[in-house]
Amino acid sequence: MAASPDTAAKGGFRAWLNKRLPVDEFVQSQLTGYFAPKNFNLWYFFGALSLMVFVIQILSGIFLTMHYKPSELMAFDSVEYIMREVEWGWLIRYMHSTGASFFFIVVYLHMFRALMYGSYRAPRELLWLLGMLLYLALMAEAFMGYVLPWGNMSYWGAQVIVNLFGTIPVIGPGIVEWIRGDYGIADSTLNRFFALHVIAVPFAIAFLILMHLVALRQTGSNNPDGIEIKAKLGADGKPVDGIPFHPYYTVKDLVGVGVFLLFFCGVIFFVPTFGGLFLEKPNFEPANALSTPEHIAPVWYFTAFYAMLRAVPDQQMGALLMLLAIVVLFFLPWLDRSPVKSIRYKGWMSKVALALFVVAFIVLSYLGLQPADGVYVILARIFTAIYFAYFILMPWYTRAEKTKAAPERVTYHA
Amino acid sequence: MRNPLRNAILALAFLAAPAVHAAGGGLPGEWQKWQPGNEINNIASLQRGAGHFMGYCAGCHSLKYVRYSRLAADLKIPEAQLESTLLPPGAKKGDYVITALAAADGEAWFGKTPPDLSLITRAKGSDHVYRFLKTFYVDDKTVNGTNNLALPGTAMPHVLSALQGAQALKTVKKDGHEHFEGFEQLEPGQLTAAQYDEFVRDTVNFLEYAGEPAKAKRMSLGVWVILFLLMFTAFAYLLKKEYWRDVK
Repeated sequence: MAASPDTAAKGGFRAWLNKRLPVDEFVQSQLTGYFAPKNFNLWYFFGALSLMVFVIQILSGIFLTMHYKPSELMAFDSVEYIMREVEWGWLIRYMHSTGASFFFIVVYLHMFRALMYGSYRAPRELLWLLGMLLYLALMAEAFMGYVLPWGNMSYWGAQVIVNLFGTIPVIGPGIVEWIRGDYGIADSTLNRFFALHVIAVPFAIAFLILMHLVALRQTGSNNPDGIEIKAKLGADGKPVDGIPFHPYYTVKDLVGVGVFLLFFCGVIFFVPTFGGLFLEKPNFEPANALSTPEHIAPVWYFTAFYAMLRAVPDQQMGALLMLLAIVVLFFLPWLDRSPVKSIRYKGWMSKVALALFVVAFIVLSYLGLQPADGVYVILARIFTAIYFAYFILMPWYTRAEKTKAAPERVTYHA
Repeated sequence: MRNPLRNAILALAFLAAPAVHAAGGGLPGEWQKWQPGNEINNIASLQRGAGHFMGYCAGCHSLKYVRYSRLAADLKIPEAQLESTLLPPGAKKGDYVITALAAADGEAWFGKTPPDLSLITRAKGSDHVYRFLKTFYVDDKTVNGTNNLALPGTAMPHVLSALQGAQALKTVKKDGHEHFEGFEQLEPGQLTAAQYDEFVRDTVNFLEYAGEPAKAKRMSLGVWVILFLLMFTAFAYLLKKEYWRDVK
């Protein structure tokens, strides 16, 4: 199981290798000798699954780039070429398009876990911030990837999103032109989005994932009880409530992978468009500057923020609000003043606040897909207020409420 | 473009009004719920649909992403039959299904180039295409004498009128709004109503195939993938249980 540190002394290829590359040492420090709390529950699958989706996106993406043509004239046709004439092209493409949506599903669940158990609290503030940067990079990656098939929704979605930068005072219009490389969304835009989507942003994401993991190794994982397992060491100097990551969590994550793939492949093979939510109908028509789709909406994972944008009559304020909705997440570690980390031991106010926040995010996501008129706008305003109230009132309600004492040892029933 | 975002949103609001109208297809009523009920695995239906397409649609519409040879292979059409019945004169087996109608002629004759239909079922839905082909009715106010419920004001004449016959639209006023009541057969066509329905269903089925040729294969392969993953997950669970036995 665990690689013994003295293998180097034994000779042979392994010793030769370890003298030159610290393979055994790495495995020991990061996997077999890295202790994770034994009380992880369902919510702790989504970090590993995010990493797996990233790998799926990179691999399927490499094969897509072998056949895709990043040009205004050929992009749409090349995607259909992949769907029809490339061996298994349809599978590669559906893996990638479904992977984009599943990336956000697992990342949102991963973030919700952090909110629930206070994983953003000291000493894990930097871990949280690195995760937020990852989320930002993922948003950029997803947006630019969505433009590449050059369908009509790609085109008009890009038009709306890029124009958001035009609301920046003074330099806005210049920035918009600089991003597009033209006076409208055009070939140059498509070409640079391709470059950013396949090289620049994936590199940034890979680097941030590495930093996220290094920071996690430094502090160790939080757990559903929100207590530090390093505080209770056994006679051997190891946390009594910790178990080696490998093999315990590698085999456990394998089960998570299986269940995840059941959902993932269920969508790929049976409902790849997911009723127009993962692949939208207007995107099966080529980009057309003269014909706007009936109803422009971003893909589902951005619609909560889109609803906030449209909830404000002034577009500059709307864009600012949308930006704030993401920026405020960065401040979370310093907004939570509760003496306990986990929702299990927080008071009723924190529980209600988190529940309302989740409801607000889901309702806003729904509203962003609907036309922006009548009761929808009013609802969007109400739920935008709830979204922000979760953060703004947090310093107050986390201190005002009565909390339960967190236990000395983690809760675990074998 | 001082306020590009506002312009974009205004453009949306402006376009959304007629779009909502078009999405519902104008006249509310039972026809909006009609479903084709086509089966993508039904090879005989797909073969008939391919024949219908080549006979009635391909004169004006292309399937620019579909090759005759691929079509024949997927639909199990023997090579000899492909050449004798589907392949237009001069076309090669590896060619894409491209109409002989020049785009400029189409525009001159109909006011609009007839669209490529490769992705029509994916962009609009099979149900939309089905309703479109079933709801042509006589309308003296239009240039070609017919109109359509699913796509009001369509430039396309009722190409299938010889089969369906001519029908008039019957409406009824409910709460101050016109509603669809039904169609009245003015002249009989070569097909009965049931036969015409079958004809349209097969054609829609073929267009759905053309929209995603891998669809049938995707679904049948998917069953095996899910079965494999169920087994994989079961074994992974047992493995996990075994390892975790010593965690107290």
